[in-house]
Order: sequence, then C-alpha cells, then structure tokens
Amino acid sequence: MSAAVSSRTGAGGVPAASPGAPSRRRPRRRGLGGRIVLNVLAVIVFVASVFPVYWMVNSALLSPGSVRDSTPHFWPDTFTLGNFIGVITEPSGSIEFLPALGMSLLVTLSTVVAALLFAFLAAVALARFRFVGKRGIVIAVLVVQMVPVEALVVSVYRVLDGWQLLNTALGLILVYTATVLPFTIWVLRGFVAGLPAELEEAAMVDGCSRFGAFWRVTFPLLGPGLAATGVFAFIQAWNEFLYALVIMTRPETRTLPVWLRAFVQATKETDWAAIMAGSTLMAIPVIVFFLIVQGRMASGVAAGAVKG
Amino acid sequence: MSTLAPARGLPPRRAAGPLRRLLRGPWLLLIPAAVVVLALTGWPLIQLVIMSTQEFGRAQIFGAPPEFVGLGNYLDVLGDPAFWAVLGRSVLFAGANVLATMGLGIAIAVLLTRLARVMRTVVSIGLLLAWAMPPLSATVVWGWMFDTRAGVVNYLLSQLPGVDLIGHSWLFEPLSFFFVATVIITWQSVPFVAITVYAGLTQVPGEVLEAAQLDGTNGWQRFRLVTVPFVRPVLLVLLMLQIIWDIRVFTQIKALQTIGGVQEQTTTIGVYIYTVSTAGGNLGAGGAIAVILVLLMIVPAVLYIRSTLRQEES
Repeated sequence: MSAAVSSRTGAGGVPAASPGAPSRRRPRRRGLGGRIVLNVLAVIVFVASVFPVYWMVNSALLSPGSVRDSTPHFWPDTFTLGNFIGVITEPSGSIEFLPALGMSLLVTLSTVVAALLFAFLAAVALARFRFVGKRGIVIAVLVVQMVPVEALVVSVYRVLDGWQLLNTALGLILVYTATVLPFTIWVLRGFVAGLPAELEEAAMVDGCSRFGAFWRVTFPLLGPGLAATGVFAFIQAWNEFLYALVIMTRPETRTLPVWLRAFVQATKETDWAAIMAGSTLMAIPVIVFFLIVQGRMASGVAAGAVKG
Repeated sequence: MSTLAPARGLPPRRAAGPLRRLLRGPWLLLIPAAVVVLALTGWPLIQLVIMSTQEFGRAQIFGAPPEFVGLGNYLDVLGDPAFWAVLGRSVLFAGANVLATMGLGIAIAVLLTRLARVMRTVVSIGLLLAWAMPPLSATVVWGWMFDTRAGVVNYLLSQLPGVDLIGHSWLFEPLSFFFVATVIITWQSVPFVAITVYAGLTQVPGEVLEAAQLDGTNGWQRFRLVTVPFVRPVLLVLLMLQIIWDIRVFTQIKALQTIGGVQEQTTTIGVYIYTVSTAGGNLGAGGAIAVILVLLMIVPAVLYIRSTLRQEES
C-alpha cells in the first residue's frame, strides 16, 4: 500500500487471498481436545475483531440517556434512530453533517474518476509497451508510494496556498489523486499485464486498429480490475484525515473525518450515542464497499503486486 | 508483446526530437499521471527540503522573505531534548506495535490453516470487518469503549473479583495512553497481516511438507524448516510496511488526543511535525523534522521496494 496514504485500509503491495477460498491443505486430524482449543481461539479472535464494530452500532442505537448507564446495555434495548436523525438534521453549532457528507462525496468520487483515468493510461503504458526508461518509471512509482504524507503535508499546504487552492475541493482532489495514483497504477498494471496480449493481436489480424483492439477486446475484460482499484481509491480518499485537517480549515469545507473529529471535540462529554451514530454513518460506505470487492481486490493486489 | 507499432499508415519513425518522442506511445500515456504526481508530490518534496534550510516562521508566513540558514534548523532540532523524547517515544511505540501486529497476525494465520472451513470463514469475516473500519471511526469507538465513566472496558474488568476500575482514566497516563493506542492499531493491522500470511501459507506445496514428514520431522520442524522459508519474502514485506506505517502514525494518535490524554507526553513524530508547523508556526523546524522522518524511512522503504521488485521479476 501506498505508504503515501495514511490509512491502512485496502493496503496492498503484498498478496492477499480471498479468505473464504478453500485451502489446499486439509485440516489435519487431531484429538477432540485440540479441536476444542482451536475453536475457542477462533471464537476469541472473531469476538475481538467484531466487538468494537458491534459496540459502535449498538451505542448508536441506544437512547442518549441510557448509553451512559453504569451497567452498559449490551444490545439496543432502548432502541432509537434518534441519534442518526439528530446527527443528520440538528447540527450542533457549525458542525454540520450534511455539508461534510457532500464535500466528502464530491472529493472522493472526483478522486476515484481522476485516479482511475490517469492510472489506467499509465498502466497501459507500463504493461503493453517496451521502452527505454520503463524500469526507472516502475521504480519511481514504488518510491513515490513511500513518501510519507506526514512529512509532506506542510509543504503541500504551502504549494496549494500559492495556487489559491486552499479550502477548495479541487485542491484536495488533486492532492488525493496524486496520493493514490502510485498504488492504483501498480494494481492496474498487474491487471492489464494479466490479460493476454495475444487476444489483441488476433483482433488486429482481423483488421482492428491497435487502439480498437485494445478498446474492444482488452478493456471490457478490465472491469473487475477497474472496480477493485476504484474502490481502493474510494476508501483511501474517504478515510483520509491529515490532508483534510490541514487543507480544509473552514467549517463549510470540512470532509467527514474532519467533521467527526470536530464533533467529538464538541460533544464527547455529553453525547457518545450521537458520536457513535456519526462514526457509523462514516464507516458504513467503506465497510460495504470493502466487503463487496475484497475477494477481487485481494486477487487484484496479488496479481498486481507480487506475481507480476 | 513488444513495442506498439505506430498507428497504421504512418511512415516509419524518423529520428524524433525529444518533444516528438514525448508525444508518442507510452510517454503520452504517462503524462497525465506524471504531471499530477510531480506537481503534488515531487514539487512539495523539493519545497520541503528548501524550507528546512530556511528561517521560516510566522513572519515568513505573512510574507517576509525567508532567510537561508543552512543546517541551522537541523542543528536546532537535533539539539532539542523535546525532539529526542518524541523520536524515542515513536520508535518504542512503533516497535511494540510491529511486534504485536506481526506476532498476532502470524499466529492467527496459522490458526486459519488449522480450522475447518466454516469456522475459517467466520473468523475471516470478523477480520475483514476490523480491517474495513475507517481508522478514525475505529479510534473514536475504542476511545468510547475505554471511556472513564461509562466505558464498557472498565465495566467488564470491574466484574473480575477484586478489580474496581470504574472512573479509571486510560488516557491520562502516557504509558496507558500508548497501551490503548497499541490496542487500536494492532486491532486494525492484524487482519491484513493474518490474511496475507494465510494466503502465503496456502501456497506452501503440500508435497514438500509430506516429503519432510516422511523424513521424520515433527510439526514444529516442518513449520520452521519448510513453511517459514517459503513465506519469508511475504513476511519481510509485511514487516517493512508495518515499520513504515507505525513510525509515522498520525490519525490514531491525533484522534486519541482529542478524546483524552496529555498532548506533550503522547506526541509521536507524525503528530510532532504537524504541531511544530501549525500550532508552533515554525515551518523551518517542521520541515527539518519532516526530512528526518523521510530519512528514517529510507532503510525499510528500500528493503520493501527491493523485495517487491524481486518478486515482480521472478
């Protein structure tokens, strides 16, 4: 993963397999005691992984009064959707949810489109052409991934300031596109390289132009690769916190992560149920996307990053 | 497939000038991505290095010309005990996180290979959920779970005989703050390591393991002598990535400081750059620290890139 991207979600650069895929190795026969220990461990891992996600949703569904009871409610017995409605419709002070949602959608979707388009072109160049300097470009893609956002953020702020792009969606879109491009190029290049060039050559023998052969034969097969890469870019941009915190300083230009932090700052002593509702609203699209494409994403990452 | 022929009907290549070459074939396709990355990563990187050699404080932010001070900012930073405290804290914290993440991740990967199919799918789904959580949401949720008065962690621990943690603040003491931060970061990073290592483990050829078994090795020997060497490249890449991510961590620490905790005692280097540059207004010093952070990453980054390229070429 792009080390230039501060979030770990969708991280790659190493292979991942679809975890539901059957293992080639059969579980070895072992005694009943051994099986019990293994399954108890499995349950512990499962509960530890899921409990915080469950607790977020559970707390968000409790009435604001009962969420702070001295005995916690382990299921939403004081069920209400009021926290969600409150977060969406009743902004506390200038900490409004809907404008932040709008800004996040605008920035994230624009980043996905720009990153997919530019990465696609570059991936075709790297996967389908042989040219002097190609290896240098491949290495450059990896090196750029390694530049930490934390080191770059202040000087990106100054560069955007010079271009009058602070507090603008365009500025943040450009920054996010540059941030996700190395990884998206890398993954897409793997997808393009994985599709046999012979198909295109056959189409050209049949009279297609070079471009036509690529467009009619290879491009349609790239759908899964583009989808997985697009979801990766989406998650990165949606979750990104540091650039957004530094670049989008005005309340009306906040993205969701910056909004969530401001909301925590303003209400943490009083309203954990509302904070959990906000947190859930921010997490839902990411979790849904992630779970939908994870199998493809993982195989794409494996194809793009390791097996080549 | 080798080179792309130029579009049909064009005359064979003439000796092309650099501009002409740039506007043809692969280079043309690379231009849009290159422009964006050069403008918003390359150019700021150059600016960062320049800024780190300048006196660049509030006056310069408001337009005064920055003055070249050579290595002055670096000497100031390196002579500042606060910087060394932050650096030491970051290294120790990252070390603890990397150890916990790799250890648990590998253990869970091995566990996955031992489970029957249904249970393995269940555990995988749990891991994916934790992995998919936005880091900021995750930090806020854990902050709420560790809440002083109504947090579920204090409640559950107080159910143990002889323990009364109701009203205990987990974020006030720096060591305890970092414990919570380690729990959050490990919780989010373990799934990636576990699932990736599991994928590697399933690629270990069964014949080799069987051959080793026929040679009279026991399970642990087979794991150590056959499985581990086979997945070593994956482990190395994961280790480097974890080091890189954990040393520069920002989101989790910053968000946890918003929920509680004493900022000066819990700041790591990623947050320190931000604080020195924004709240402190000293962009020169912030730039110097940022360059130092980049230098710190060179070794793991080079190892990661080399390993990735090697696997790519094999």
